[in-house]
Amino acid sequence: MQKVNLCDACSKEKGVQDPTGFALADLLLGIGAAEEIEKGASTEKCPVCGFSQADFKKTGRLGCSVCYVTFAEGLNTLLKAMHKGTEHVGKLPERAHRAIELNHRMRALTENLQKAVADENYETAASLRDQIKQLESDVPNSP
Amino acid sequence: MKLSSMTSTAGEWLRGEGPHHQIVISSRVRLARNLRNRPFPGWAKKAERGSILDLIRPRVEDLPEMQDSFSESLQDLSALDRQVLVERHLISREHAAKGAGSAVVVNRRQTLSIMINEEDHLRMQSIRSGLQLKQAFKLVDKIDSALENKLEFAFDPRLGYLTACPTNVGTGMRASAMLHLPGLVLSELINQVIQAVSKIGLAVRGLYGEGTEAMGNLFQISNQTTLGEKEEEIINRLSKVIETIIEKEHDARQVLLQKKPNTLWDQIGRAYGVLTYAHAMASKEALNLLSIIKLGVDLSAFPEDRRLPIDELFIDTQPAHLQKSSQQKLNAEERDQLRAQIIRERLKLFPKPDISKMVRKSGNGSTAEAIE
Repeated sequence: MQKVNLCDACSKEKGVQDPTGFALADLLLGIGAAEEIEKGASTEKCPVCGFSQADFKKTGRLGCSVCYVTFAEGLNTLLKAMHKGTEHVGKLPERAHRAIELNHRMRALTENLQKAVADENYETAASLRDQIKQLESDVPNSP
Repeated sequence: MKLSSMTSTAGEWLRGEGPHHQIVISSRVRLARNLRNRPFPGWAKKAERGSILDLIRPRVEDLPEMQDSFSESLQDLSALDRQVLVERHLISREHAAKGAGSAVVVNRRQTLSIMINEEDHLRMQSIRSGLQLKQAFKLVDKIDSALENKLEFAFDPRLGYLTACPTNVGTGMRASAMLHLPGLVLSELINQVIQAVSKIGLAVRGLYGEGTEAMGNLFQISNQTTLGEKEEEIINRLSKVIETIIEKEHDARQVLLQKKPNTLWDQIGRAYGVLTYAHAMASKEALNLLSIIKLGVDLSAFPEDRRLPIDELFIDTQPAHLQKSSQQKLNAEERDQLRAQIIRERLKLFPKPDISKMVRKSGNGSTAEAIE
């Protein structure tokens, strides 16, 4: 949470005394957002869109979906304060369903591969390695 | 479809046929989606926004629900037409401020509106009359699934759908209902309700959303958070709160009828008098008075068949609709005159408020004595 002290005139201006305004929550989140994100590396830019933290401070919006990875550290604290939880539990796009399924298969194959190598069962290991390679080419990059 | 043919009829949601339609004007659910690895509209360069629009728009227009739709680039709409769409809640005020690279697609029944390159690449919204959040979600969810097969949305297994503003991340869903609460306002209970609602993580806003004033006793209630809860859970939680508010509003009206019938009678009589005889009226005053007449219809002071003309006036007396109907540029003073004139004409055939009916319907004999 972010504490902000406002004088009488400012509080009126920011809608603190206006129960219908409710711009305050957004305003506070905006201020908090800028400060939270500053805790990360300050000069970092998003490799995909070139967005920086200073830009976020200015606009309160991110540059692209990859910004969520680039600025993850600062954003996580912010999201925690902003939402009910920290993990998405709602709808999954079909593509994500598939990706999650592929992930499970990949994990199983890797485990089997390790086991095959430990057992010196090289024929099986070679076949498993091929399957993993094939699977890797199918997995879309996230996010 | 042309804008004029769309705006010549009231949207389906205005026809007031949904459950609890006396108090819940409309239910809306919107989903925010973005394309993977493309800059969000606010950060994208003009050419990039254009290419994103070219990618999304034909796929939206191809949806079976969008046959014979109204589809237009924002740059091809006049400032007035954009404002008309805002007043019909078909686009946001933010979207109305956009130009090249942004578009809107609305279905014929005006139950589905898709903004392209608003704050997010896609903002899909479904509007229903009355309290129908589940049904509204169902439609917009279907649209989302259909588009997801043709476009790759930015999605993270942990954070869900990724949005330009972190406040929307996760489900990307904002569910809201527009409530008409004159009873709670007249009994000065509205602030308590607003405070209680905001304490449980829901937002209360005015007529046109964020940062707007509550006019005409109309309030929008919506979910504030989007991460860590399923869509259905959010909607159930919101629906329950709205049902409680509906009960409180009914209670407040009953208490007014029992304890302060004269105040109610006076409010309705004054609203009727001013609307019937005024020759200049600002839009805020019109909304506030129409709200009281609407309450009068709810309480049977006016016949039920007068409901639709009043509901239509809520929209038709908004500044851009007024300007549009006059077909010439009006200044504020001329608008106020025209507004008063339109209201006078529509109320010409409107019967005087009938207090006896009002008492008979809501009272149990005891209130009749109180009013005399």
